Amino acid sequence: MKIHEFQAKQLFADYKIPVPRGRAASSVEDALEAAKELGSFPVVVKAQIHAGGRGKGGGVKIAKTVDEAKSHAQAIYGMTLVTHQTGPEGRLVKKLLVEEGLAIAKELYFSIIPDRATAKIVFMVSEAGGMDIEEVAAKTPEKIIKVAVDPLVGIQAYHCRQVAFGLNLPAAAVKAMTAIAKSLFRLFVEKDCSLLEINPLVLTADDRVIALDAKMSFDSNALYRHPEIVEMRDLDEEDPLEVEASRHNLNYIKMDGNVGNMVNGAGLAMATMDIIKQAGAQPANFLDVGGGANAQMVENGFRIILSDPNVKGILINIFGGILRCDVLASGVVEAATKVGLNVPVVVRMEGTNVDEGRRILKESGLNLISAKDLADAAQKVADLVR
Amino acid sequence: MSIFVNSDTRVVVQGITGKEGQFHTRQCIAYGTNVVAGVTPGKGGQKMDEVPVFNTVAEAKKQAGANCSLIFVPPPFAADAILESVDAGIEVVVAITEGIPVLDMMRVKTYIAGKPVRLIGPNCPGVISPGQCKVGIMPGVIHKPGGPIGVVSRSGTLTYEVVHQLTLQGIGQTTCIGIGGDPVNGTNFIDCLSAFEADPDTKGVVMVGEIGGTAEEEAASFIKEKLSMPVVGFIAGLTAPPGRRMGHAGAIISGSSGTAQGKIAAMKEAGIHVCEDLGSLGKLCKQVFG
Repeated sequence: MKIHEFQAKQLFADYKIPVPRGRAASSVEDALEAAKELGSFPVVVKAQIHAGGRGKGGGVKIAKTVDEAKSHAQAIYGMTLVTHQTGPEGRLVKKLLVEEGLAIAKELYFSIIPDRATAKIVFMVSEAGGMDIEEVAAKTPEKIIKVAVDPLVGIQAYHCRQVAFGLNLPAAAVKAMTAIAKSLFRLFVEKDCSLLEINPLVLTADDRVIALDAKMSFDSNALYRHPEIVEMRDLDEEDPLEVEASRHNLNYIKMDGNVGNMVNGAGLAMATMDIIKQAGAQPANFLDVGGGANAQMVENGFRIILSDPNVKGILINIFGGILRCDVLASGVVEAATKVGLNVPVVVRMEGTNVDEGRRILKESGLNLISAKDLADAAQKVADLVR
Repeated sequence: MSIFVNSDTRVVVQGITGKEGQFHTRQCIAYGTNVVAGVTPGKGGQKMDEVPVFNTVAEAKKQAGANCSLIFVPPPFAADAILESVDAGIEVVVAITEGIPVLDMMRVKTYIAGKPVRLIGPNCPGVISPGQCKVGIMPGVIHKPGGPIGVVSRSGTLTYEVVHQLTLQGIGQTTCIGIGGDPVNGTNFIDCLSAFEADPDTKGVVMVGEIGGTAEEEAASFIKEKLSMPVVGFIAGLTAPPGRRMGHAGAIISGSSGTAQGKIAAMKEAGIHVCEDLGSLGKLCKQVFG
């Protein structure tokens, strides 16, 4: 789960990590008020959306006067911000963050990530901040410092020193940096983060270290123990169909194609999307109904797939293991009757009680096309949408 | 022969009295698995069908001689359940539970490093040595006993699809393992590949991967250097958009890392027979394994 920059900065402030003075605003007037409260110029007006690249897209602007602050707030608030992470449709800006401008001496990169291969929590920092870190990693890998922390031993002072000295900071800022590294690590662990990234973390002209940006995302498996984080979820930032799916415990991701598909199991669902493409069509979604799917979930899945106007055909691919094919077939028939099908549906079923399942589909009187195997199913659905 | 589990495996089911635990315990027993005990704290002394229930894994080991545990405990308590089995001296721990927090699993993995235990999963279908023993939730009937092929996969139903196609081609399996879809898991591809290499009855391996992480790339270089038998590989997620979690917690492309294309290239480079069309995997296996 992702949160906004201003929310991440609130968490930073709770952990005594220095952030610029400022606050979030929900209208142009409110933003102007926030700018005046700061008492001095310049101020920075920043669009709050869950995507990077906001500056390049025109969502971050510096104002030297009240008038400029007003015109920037007017320009950014309500704009549809397009960045390399939003896709061409962009995101509507509904919130601004207004902050003091700082005299920056150096921009640094700071992140904490879990390393899946070694099961360690890793600081990744670089004195080459403010730019795309993947580019830094590709061109000047020696400028990236990694410090791995054993999750059982936890953060030690030497880890923090390695981070602070690794950033090549002036002596006056080293002590502050070690404290910041320690606090950020605590924040990461205590809130079950899956990513904590600050780009840039800045060294100011007067040798202070301040988090100019803040990006955090959280392990969705751990949200049950963090109700305060769940409260920060912004449904406006998510695809409405995906929000609807998550309400029904369905794993749905919207894509650009026209072949809707419903599969049990995440791996098989990905493989089904792939085979749709290989057959010459494009998948409209990823939808995993899970191993324990019932008629209700199949019905909800159908509704969600059909709410996407691009869908011209549907492929259902179920490998019945614990979920029996006859149960699934009844669910499909029930759902199709209730929801009302206006596109062709190809069904491929295999596994437990498959003969009974196929009989139920055949006798339903619905426009369901049976496929003998996966290759056949993909070809049939691709031909139908062509 | 087989790897990790066989006809001598004595299973204790943790969470045996829950809905899932009961259902799958019965399925395992019906397949012929020797389920000797169950554990549900507070329900010691009861029975689930004919299976005695204990309060702790240590008791189940001492009194029923369990050497393998199968875990259906809900996510908030699953790390605890795994550690309980490890400390009780259980040799093979199979964690089916999906949704364990990553930081919990990092601590578990660090704790068990170097201990004489094989943790399979979490978020996996389990492990089956067809005809001998099923410790998991996979449908037993699609498997064909007698070998000579080992199957290792990060997925559940996708593994069933692969096994089904093997069986249709008349190709039997020694052991099929789902290592799980989580980013941090107990057993990786290389652990399974080296066990297959040491098993005299396994003559070839099917390896099923997906997007996210670098486990397939590491397995590919292991295969190139150490494996004497042919390998057929498949990777799911060629069409997956970057930055999105595709159902499994571990299935996410981060930047340029973890893509299906990169994994397929690494596998081809290592001499693995990569199947790019799942529909024809069985046929390719027939060609490669004969």
